[in-house]
Amino acid sequence: MATYTYEHIPDQGAKAGVLAYLATSAVVLLLMMVFGLLMRLEQAQWISIGAIRFYELMTLHGAGMVGIAAIAGASIMWHFLRQYVDLSSRIFVANLVLFLVGVVMILGSVLLGHFHGAWTFLYPLPGKSMGLWSPGAAALFMGGLLVIGVGFLLLHLDIARALVARYGNFSRALGWPQLFGHDDGKAPPPTVVASAMVTVVNVIGLVVGASILAMMLVNLYVPEFDIDPLLAKGMIYFFGHIFINATIYMAVIGVYEILPRYTQRPWKSNKVFLASWTASTLMVMFIFPHHLLMDFAFPKWMLIMGHIIGYLNTVPILVVTGYGALMIVYRSGIRWDMGSKLLFLSLFGWAAGAMPAFIDGTITVNYVMHNTLWVPGHFHTYLLLGMVTMVFGFMYYLGKPSHEHDDHLIDRIAFWLFTSSVLGFTMSFLYSGKESVARRYAAHLPEWVPYDRIASVFAVLVIASALVFIGRFFARIGLARHDYQRAPVARSVAA
Amino acid sequence: MQPIAWQISLVLMALVAFGFAFVAINSGRRQEDYSPLQKSAYRLRSRLFWGLVLVFGPAMIYTLFELPYDAARANTGAGPVQVVDATGYQWRWELSQDHVAVGQPVEFRVTSADVNHGFGIYDANLHLVAQTQAMPGYTNTLRHTFSEEGTYKILCMEYCGLAHHNMLTEIRVGAQ
Repeated sequence: MATYTYEHIPDQGAKAGVLAYLATSAVVLLLMMVFGLLMRLEQAQWISIGAIRFYELMTLHGAGMVGIAAIAGASIMWHFLRQYVDLSSRIFVANLVLFLVGVVMILGSVLLGHFHGAWTFLYPLPGKSMGLWSPGAAALFMGGLLVIGVGFLLLHLDIARALVARYGNFSRALGWPQLFGHDDGKAPPPTVVASAMVTVVNVIGLVVGASILAMMLVNLYVPEFDIDPLLAKGMIYFFGHIFINATIYMAVIGVYEILPRYTQRPWKSNKVFLASWTASTLMVMFIFPHHLLMDFAFPKWMLIMGHIIGYLNTVPILVVTGYGALMIVYRSGIRWDMGSKLLFLSLFGWAAGAMPAFIDGTITVNYVMHNTLWVPGHFHTYLLLGMVTMVFGFMYYLGKPSHEHDDHLIDRIAFWLFTSSVLGFTMSFLYSGKESVARRYAAHLPEWVPYDRIASVFAVLVIASALVFIGRFFARIGLARHDYQRAPVARSVAA
Repeated sequence: MQPIAWQISLVLMALVAFGFAFVAINSGRRQEDYSPLQKSAYRLRSRLFWGLVLVFGPAMIYTLFELPYDAARANTGAGPVQVVDATGYQWRWELSQDHVAVGQPVEFRVTSADVNHGFGIYDANLHLVAQTQAMPGYTNTLRHTFSEEGTYKILCMEYCGLAHHNMLTEIRVGAQ
């Protein structure tokens, strides 16, 4: 077995493109958080915006959050991956431009065309609005998603080109020679392995997503071009599951890169690490039937496959990435700051969120919890306390004035406020799910309103703490471009 | 089922939180030589892995024994199967009958005339007791035996447009 030692890699400043990605993500994230709060306040009966406005906000909230998660995750991946392979800055920027074009199309579709068919655009709802939006509005929304998807496809094709140019093929980029043969300690670094995995799954997912979007766009104007609703649903969830999960796999690269700098300990691609990423590559593509467990007409073997992979999928998260973070931090002498605290917290959020998620993927549980608030309960845990927290950690790392700089009191307060309020917010969702509160309802039954009120209070606190994080990022954005040491040296190493 | 899912989730999330808190508390003093720490951590990881296999593995298999798709569920009650055709429309339910007998198996044949809906049966305490998707072009057969009399609500469990939250009807469960 190969032995691994820590090799110091200097901290690098971010390219302007990375900062543009992060700035876009931060602004849209805040706006989408406010939209989410408005939805909860409406359900809590503390405001009255009406059902149309509620579902418009719900559509924007879903599309916007998935979009910025992808943009923010891509910025982290690109920032670190370019230190190993030669990536195209032009394509990176082109993806952001296409993303913004897509965002404008989606905003136009919803705010001007009143499209409110949800971000999941389940066939045939976009074409059957009962006269509440036009085919043009639906086409603008799905066209916007298509434009965003094309941008990401270009980005991933460029990453694929760069990986092949550096490593020869994808099997080497995934570390298969070391996984299936002798581990000579020369497997590609975790950043490369994770980027290769994300590229494989996202290219396939995006092609499937673009295919169903194109089919549905044709169907909008040529209804005789009929689509099987079950096939459409399968394709949408295949794409949607891969795309949103890939955002975490991209963002976790920040943890792999930054925590070793704080602990002066290696996070290397050993056999277990490589095996878990290869397994995740397969599992993230074949787990999608767990979204269709209540579609009894779907092939039963695929539903059982979704159930089983739901359990297996927790192993790499818990035993490899979550445990890996615990290993390098334990007795490391790490000097905690906002960056390292948020990154450490993010792995807790990911691992903790995976628990109610795999339980929901159990068929007999899904039978009484599918499409209740249990679902946003678990995905807000691993996306908000996991993925988004990784992004906040990366922002603090980039903007840290020097490796010896102490955090301000307000940031430290915001950290604990964020941690506790996100937990309160997600637990409100989960408890509501336990109480069978249905998901995606503009108005709740009177019995459900107290849970909405509690969740609304926590949502306000989440936004308040996120404002501090984002405000700090913008205040320090000028520093983020420069190359200098950011990560403080661990205690006894410094002595 | 919901309270069990809630309690198991809480326990597992608390265990994860304990692990992270334990490490955070023990992160301040550095153990300079990482190799022995790595070796014992890898040993512990192997145990953790096999622990997960031993706990989650049987749970994963055990929960596959009583699937809602199985026709055998129609035999869980006494007497002949009562068939109820249910069709979802934007935004109402159409049931072939609005009352069934308690303790006698019911077979809901669920479909949709337009978009995707979800056929969710709520008991008098507003707890979801069974559901399936209602999809155009397909009929999903939901088999359920009501064990208690009362008025049950049918709510839509899949977003279907503006009045999704108002898509509600009732079914009465009475004596045989």
